[in-house]
Amino acid sequence: MKYQVQENCLTIYLPREVDHHNAEEMKREADAVIDRNHIKYIIFDFEKTDFMDSSGIGVIMGRYKTICLIGGEVWAVHANARIKKILTLSGVTKIMQIYEEEEA
Amino acid sequence: MKDTNEMEIIFDSRSENEGFARVAVASFMTQLNPTVEEVADVKTAVSEAVTNAVIHGYENEVKKIHIRCRIRENIFYVEVKDTGRGIENVEEAMRPMFTTRPEQERSGMGFAFMEAFMDQVEVESCPGKGTTVKMRRAVGKGREIWTTQSL
Repeated sequence: MKYQVQENCLTIYLPREVDHHNAEEMKREADAVIDRNHIKYIIFDFEKTDFMDSSGIGVIMGRYKTICLIGGEVWAVHANARIKKILTLSGVTKIMQIYEEEEA
Repeated sequence: MKDTNEMEIIFDSRSENEGFARVAVASFMTQLNPTVEEVADVKTAVSEAVTNAVIHGYENEVKKIHIRCRIRENIFYVEVKDTGRGIENVEEAMRPMFTTRPEQERSGMGFAFMEAFMDQVEVESCPGKGTTVKMRRAVGKGREIWTTQSL
């Protein structure tokens, strides 16, 4: 899993495809990083991602459950139309903000 | 019969085959000249069904998953079958957010996604014998068939 920690904010750079196969490992790694660095904010960066199924929703919801206890937030950035559709359909947008970039 | 085509694949229920399964189905589907969105919808639905077979059908034991695809004119049919433990209560399993494994953080959205992305989803299951998910999707709905016009 590619990630970056800045103070209490964790950015997770999601792979090209997010499915059950790679979600399990991502959950384990993310939880370890969250625990070690007292993470409060998580940014899911979808720049490289063109496929995601409901396993990805499980990754987001699970991490949110952990950090919402300390008033944390989850964000999505660089989500393409497909990913936005998946996020909206799952209802996860109720707990997660999608960051929209300004037109360059 | 004209305008029909079929394919079947059988593979081990390993999670690394989830990607293979959806790409194989998507690749067979391309002969219908689908839109990018139609392919993505079918890939997502197949991924959900195969994931269910791996996690729930076989409970991570390695056995065989069967996929059968059929094209009849512009209708794409795909069946995902396992011979695993089966589902006691199909109606309950298909309810959004229902999950038997909250500790594994399954979102409970698998069947909801299949239903959202396909035109029809049928589940046949027998406890102890296995589960078959049958899905159908019309491809190129409402699109004009410009190839038949003289250019």
